[in-house]
Amino acid sequence: MFRPGGLCFEPITATWLYSELFTNGTLTGLTIHHLKPSKSQRTLADQIRRPSTVASSVMTIECVNPEGLRFNQMKSSSHQTLETRMRPILMKGHERPLTFLRYNRNGDLLFSCAKDHTPTVWFADNGERLGTYRGHSGAVWCCDISRDSSRLITGSADQTAKLWDVKSGKELFTFKFGAPARSVDFSVGDHLAVITTDHFVGTSSAIHVKRIAEDPEDQVGDSVLVLQSPDGKKKINRAVWGPLNQTIVSGGEDAAIRIWDAETGKLLKQSDEEVGHKEAITSLCKAADDSHFLTGSHDKTAKLWDMRTLTLIKTYTTVVPVNAVAMSPLLNHVVLGGGQDASAVTTTDHRAGKFEAKFYDTILQEEIGGVKGHFGPINALAFSPDGKSFSSGGEDGYVRLHHFDSNYFNIKI
Amino acid sequence: MEVVDIDARAAKLGINWSQVNFDSIQLPPGEDFGIESDDEAVYHDDQSEFDTGFGNIIVVDHLPVVPKEKFEKLEGVVKKIYNQLGVIKENGLWMPVDPDTKMTLGYCFIEFNTPQEAQNAKEKSHGYKLDKSHIFAVNMFDDFDRLMNVREEWEPPQARPYVPGENLQKWLTDDKARDQLVIRSGPDTEVYWNDARQKKPEPVHKRPYWTESYVQWSPLGTYLVTLHKQGAAVWGGADTFTRLMRYQHSMVKLVDFSPGEKYLVTYHSQEPSNPRDASKVEIKVFDVRTGRMMRDFKGSADEFSIGGPGGVAGASWPVFRWAGGKDDKYFAKLSKNTISVYETETFSLIDKKSMKVDNVVDICWSPTDSILSLFVPEQGGGNQPAKVALVQIPSKVELRQKNLFSVSDCKMYWQSSGEYLAVKVDRYTKTKKSTYSGFELFRIKERDIPIEVLELDNKNDKIIAFAWEPKGHRFAVIHGDQPRPDVSFYSMKTAQNTGRVSKLATLKAKQANALFWSPTGKYIILAGLKGFNGQLEFFNVDELETMATAEHFMATDIEWDPTGRYVATAVTSVHEMENGFTIWSFNGIEIYRILKDHFFQLAWRPRPPSFLTAEKEEEIAKNLKKYSKKYEAEDQDVSLLLSEQDREKRKALKEEWEKWVMQWNSLHEEEKLARQNLRDGEVSDVEEDEYEAKEVEFEDLIDVTEEIVQESM
Repeated sequence: MFRPGGLCFEPITATWLYSELFTNGTLTGLTIHHLKPSKSQRTLADQIRRPSTVASSVMTIECVNPEGLRFNQMKSSSHQTLETRMRPILMKGHERPLTFLRYNRNGDLLFSCAKDHTPTVWFADNGERLGTYRGHSGAVWCCDISRDSSRLITGSADQTAKLWDVKSGKELFTFKFGAPARSVDFSVGDHLAVITTDHFVGTSSAIHVKRIAEDPEDQVGDSVLVLQSPDGKKKINRAVWGPLNQTIVSGGEDAAIRIWDAETGKLLKQSDEEVGHKEAITSLCKAADDSHFLTGSHDKTAKLWDMRTLTLIKTYTTVVPVNAVAMSPLLNHVVLGGGQDASAVTTTDHRAGKFEAKFYDTILQEEIGGVKGHFGPINALAFSPDGKSFSSGGEDGYVRLHHFDSNYFNIKI
Repeated sequence: MEVVDIDARAAKLGINWSQVNFDSIQLPPGEDFGIESDDEAVYHDDQSEFDTGFGNIIVVDHLPVVPKEKFEKLEGVVKKIYNQLGVIKENGLWMPVDPDTKMTLGYCFIEFNTPQEAQNAKEKSHGYKLDKSHIFAVNMFDDFDRLMNVREEWEPPQARPYVPGENLQKWLTDDKARDQLVIRSGPDTEVYWNDARQKKPEPVHKRPYWTESYVQWSPLGTYLVTLHKQGAAVWGGADTFTRLMRYQHSMVKLVDFSPGEKYLVTYHSQEPSNPRDASKVEIKVFDVRTGRMMRDFKGSADEFSIGGPGGVAGASWPVFRWAGGKDDKYFAKLSKNTISVYETETFSLIDKKSMKVDNVVDICWSPTDSILSLFVPEQGGGNQPAKVALVQIPSKVELRQKNLFSVSDCKMYWQSSGEYLAVKVDRYTKTKKSTYSGFELFRIKERDIPIEVLELDNKNDKIIAFAWEPKGHRFAVIHGDQPRPDVSFYSMKTAQNTGRVSKLATLKAKQANALFWSPTGKYIILAGLKGFNGQLEFFNVDELETMATAEHFMATDIEWDPTGRYVATAVTSVHEMENGFTIWSFNGIEIYRILKDHFFQLAWRPRPPSFLTAEKEEEIAKNLKKYSKKYEAEDQDVSLLLSEQDREKRKALKEEWEKWVMQWNSLHEEEKLARQNLRDGEVSDVEEDEYEAKEVEFEDLIDVTEEIVQESM
């Protein structure tokens, strides 16, 4: 009866979602169930801004809506055509374009950042909103969750990065910068965080390393290390920790990927101009074991690199600027999201923008399929740690949560 | 300083002049004694440019030799003549006089303001008859040296040894019978083989900045012409593209070949400095093989264009239209009230004069014969009817003409083998507020050229597109209202009706606005370009069935390969997105797609007509099975090879990847302890192994309500 692929929402937003489905899809059936949420959901959910009625019942609507995953006919005849109907869960909690998505380590929570100042946490299985983190006064660009899902760090255009208590939604500490904070990343062990800031009046873009105290009472705002990008006018869009926190990998508008020594701040390696990206790097996503990482760029490609040697391993070419990338932890798949620049989007045909999350075979570099649905460029992508679902966030303000059908796991190319 | 002052000063300083040895004084070297002047004028004058050439001076010879008394009179006459052709500089006329006899020497020098004026004056006045015995010989002053050095005696030119040329048609001997295409994207121009078996193009030649505007194949595919600042160049050859010939024509804008590719016409127009003047147009006709300029035409743009019915100003290209056939014998130019037909033997007008046809607005050659069709619109508010006529060249005999009443516009369409001419006639309705269309069909090859009138089933339908089947007797028309017009097929001869046009079929409500027949006929693509986002329907007209429908999103151009086996659809850089091209088989199967940013142009290399006779072609078509066997076997081999290659490539990629993964895993293992330390001793990585996650679902059914939702939503 209850299928995790169903559409779930809080009663508060029910009327709204109902109408949305009416106008958008071909709704052929509608059943309403009252179910108790599972145990695990309740533990975290109880305290945060939650209407009391939801604690006892979750309402789901099942509908046959032919939206979702499409798998292309492959080039050679040996390839099979897979038509699957993966029902996405539409999560409309943000009022402005999405900027970043991240699952926690267990994969039960999904954190979303948007330009509307309020990072939000959702149940990753049914898309129910668990709560929001209020306190920022600018667009939130990025977030990271500690390994034990207790701490959340967010970087915002209000020139701060904030530490939050995931469970209570309480603000623990604010790092103040003189410029917007663009990206945040916890180190292995969660004792350090790397935060990048944009250039701003009087300051150039930089990478800051902060020590994260065990007890928020002891937290200080001083940087352990500050790295300056060679061209201070170009944004550093993402910086993450390398293996064993020994290095920091950064990529940004100057199209170069740099590896820095996390101790001394020395620049160790820089990507080769010949093989590297030609335009701004928009996103960077690393493998679970920190061995390799994937970068997406406006030059319409995504590239896979070895994290220790900065060797280019693979290149995935698409037709639109890439805003977001993700790697499946389960299968050899990478996902590229993007689309025509929001300012260039025409009104003629929604297909013109190519707002599609494209799946590629990691090894063969061939396109496997695509997931349509967004009606604005895709800005954020994330795979759940078990690789059985993924979510995408768009300029259109929606998060779309997709649980894969069984055929997805049997794709052969 | 005055000498007195100097003495006074010397006295003051106690210097006795007599004791000073002036030779011992050493001045610093250099004109300025090493002291730089701060007067900028010292450095910056004398920088103005001198025009050292005498390009604006002409020499006029064969003037009358006159005595001193008549000198001024002659000077006045010459001045009067040349003042009409340009502005003579002040004191720019110099007529030398023999110092002994005080007679003029029979020539003079005239200096104009600009070299252009001098050039113009030279061209206009050379050969001017002052009187019977004085015919001007005018030369540029700069040319004089050259002319003086001409030897008095004629020397026979040395015959150069014969150098065997390359086989310019080697591309036709490709053992896989592939076709070539040229594309331009970004700065690059590339020529490819269309290798449909391998499902990819095979590069032949690539060159960045090969051309400065566009490239064009010659009509039989032998040459590729590129445009440059200095002129045009043609490329070709056996293996790679080498430059075969250059044609000097600075700032060339457009080029056109004669159908037999013997001649190349180049066009250049210059915007006038004064916006009220018409722009200057220069057209040159070159012999393609020798590179020699056969004739050039100069004039203002008005002479090369007619105020067409649409009122479009400027010359419409090609200005010179070549008569059909491979002989390249005639070409015609349309200008106001005249049609000028030239022949290529002498490059002059036939019978030395143009044809006067009042108010002619359009001419069109038959693609195979030297027959010209022309259209004259209605005159005097309907008193004089519009006229379509066929004129035989060079006799200028009118073969057939038809008067048409209340016509707003006509378009002429020749069938590719010159058998039929279709004239689309737009007529006013009675109220004159709107128009409706019909066709006048001429059967050229039949006796007396019968004309037939065809009206569409619904004669109020707008005609969106018309196209003859190449080499065939059928045509297709898109008619009706957007966005879903109908497509109809007609035949000029069917088994039942040999002498009459008859309708074959009408396809209702198609998303199409353009028609693309295969060059071999039989197949047609009904395309919805632009507003229809690139809808394609591959249609078989013999069977009257749709073979496939497809879409090349945003497609702007469609071009069949010369054999009719493949068709290319392209999105050129009129859009920012999706630039690139797709190759389809004739029956609508996508073969491959190439994406290129800033994609400007795609052109198939044309092929010369086949040497097979019609009978032979028919025989091959009949026994196609027998012939195709060999090729099918080849296809099979290639596809086996391909899948083999593909497998190997995949295997190699997989192995390479495995190597990486192994390396990563071993490093990951090595670093395990370090990582554990970083995590304060937490057992880390694979705790999933230690704790087995069990999914337990509690489902308490509290209440089930089923509501029936109405289906008719």
